[in-house]
Amino acid sequence: MEGLLSVSVGTVFWASIAFISVLLILKKMAWGPILQTLEEREQGIANALKQAELAKEEMASLKSGNEQLLKEAREERELILKEAKEMGDKMRSEAKERAAREAAQLLANAQREIETQKKAAIEELKNQVATLSIEIAEKLVKDNLSDAEKQSALNSKLIQDLKAN
Amino acid sequence: MHFVQNTVGIMRSYLMLALMICGVVAYGQHDTHTVHEHTSKDTASVANVSHEEVAQEEEKFNPGAMIMHHISDAHQIHFIGKIYMPLPVILWNHGHLEVFMSSAFWNGFDEKGELQFKPYTASSGTTYENHHESIVVSSGESHEGHGAHAEHGAEVAHEKPMDFSITKSVFGMLFIIVLMVIIFRSVAARYREGANKAPTGLQNAIEPFILFVRDEVAIPSIGKKKAASFMPFLLTVFFFIWMCNMLGLIPFLGGFNITGTLSITLVLATLVFIITSINGNAHYWGHIFWPPGIPFGIKLILVPIEALSIFIKPTVLMIRLTANITAGHIIILAFVGLVLLFGQNSAIAGYGVGVGAVLFMIFMFFIELLVAFLQAYVFTLLAALYFGDATQEHHHEEDHH
Repeated sequence: MEGLLSVSVGTVFWASIAFISVLLILKKMAWGPILQTLEEREQGIANALKQAELAKEEMASLKSGNEQLLKEAREERELILKEAKEMGDKMRSEAKERAAREAAQLLANAQREIETQKKAAIEELKNQVATLSIEIAEKLVKDNLSDAEKQSALNSKLIQDLKAN
Repeated sequence: MHFVQNTVGIMRSYLMLALMICGVVAYGQHDTHTVHEHTSKDTASVANVSHEEVAQEEEKFNPGAMIMHHISDAHQIHFIGKIYMPLPVILWNHGHLEVFMSSAFWNGFDEKGELQFKPYTASSGTTYENHHESIVVSSGESHEGHGAHAEHGAEVAHEKPMDFSITKSVFGMLFIIVLMVIIFRSVAARYREGANKAPTGLQNAIEPFILFVRDEVAIPSIGKKKAASFMPFLLTVFFFIWMCNMLGLIPFLGGFNITGTLSITLVLATLVFIITSINGNAHYWGHIFWPPGIPFGIKLILVPIEALSIFIKPTVLMIRLTANITAGHIIILAFVGLVLLFGQNSAIAGYGVGVGAVLFMIFMFFIELLVAFLQAYVFTLLAALYFGDATQEHHHEEDHH
């Protein structure tokens, strides 16, 4: 048991030198850079995650913006279509109205023309009838006046008519 | 905390087992000595005892000696069979330095294939001996080996030079340290390339453990702000203990028992003690030497206990690691010994026991792999807790005691 439980000065000496030197060497060469890099990497990962979160949010807001835009565009299209339709309707109805109005005017003009023509025709007819009547009357008168009896008879009749009137 | 308590529980039962086995080993060891001395005396006094007879008696396999041979520190590395690797012996003897290879002590092998030792006279003229792996100045007259020592009771009289040799444990430790520098430098090189590089290769293997030490050990024990300054020590100690433990589990590599060597764990524990004491703030020392809110009478009792606990804590740290690692080695070796012990009576018994023993050894190896990690973790965690205690600023009476 002597070898096992005794402490050897030489071994303690070498162990101290060896352990302290490896501690200092590794502290400078390995642990420093390793721990620092780990820290940096963790920070980097945390940052990256945060940025990803931000990007996600941005994407989400962008998407909702797009949707808003799309919705607005759709509404505008609706509106334009509606307006166009209204305008078309209006134009159509206006055209119809105008057509009706023109038709009515044409009709009225025609009627007026007809009326005028009719009046003129009647006038002419009247004139002709008058002329004809005069001519007939003339002939009759010529005929009747050549006979005294008949002349007197006519006279009396005319006078009678006058009287009657 | 739950996990720690569990671990401590397991450790306690484990330690008990280890101590029991240690007892057995100690007993065995004692036995060897008597047998050995007896044999030696015979050899020395009765010169005409036939060689075969001695060999016969020597042949008796002693598991205690075998186990101790494997777990104790040594001046050479024994791989397998007759393959040994010499290590440098560095001695400081009354003002002069002696440096030579431990192979200078080697004196061939005996019939059993065990390494024999002989004294060696260094260039300074002093003669040294490797006496049960502790280097002593030879008393001059007796150059005949172990027999002479036993007869003269020379173990007491021998003068020991200061031994700064690169022993098996020191060599293993230096090997681990070189390995650590190589591994972590190459890993750190990857980190130097920038934080945006994805981890690759060895870095992937190492990084979880670095993060484990930082996030599960240092930060919960010390606090996020102060943990950074203790991280280099905690990481070094964690990987050092773990790799040393693992090295000890590799068969045919000399049976390193680095973290089972008290001298080495003593250094680690002392560093923990020094760092704790240097970083201890007024609150920490105040709690030890003048605990607030406690009646004067009790203070008289409590203060010595608290003061002692400053030293007890690292001592426990030291013993726990040594005992756990040594115990693991002992258990595995004890089963090897069991096979050999039965095998020397009859080959069939040896094979019969061998099957069971090998199965159990496989099981033990898995446990040892776990313990190798667990002990590194526990040492690091407790060191971190002590650091946390020393640097704690606010009063947390309810979770403090």
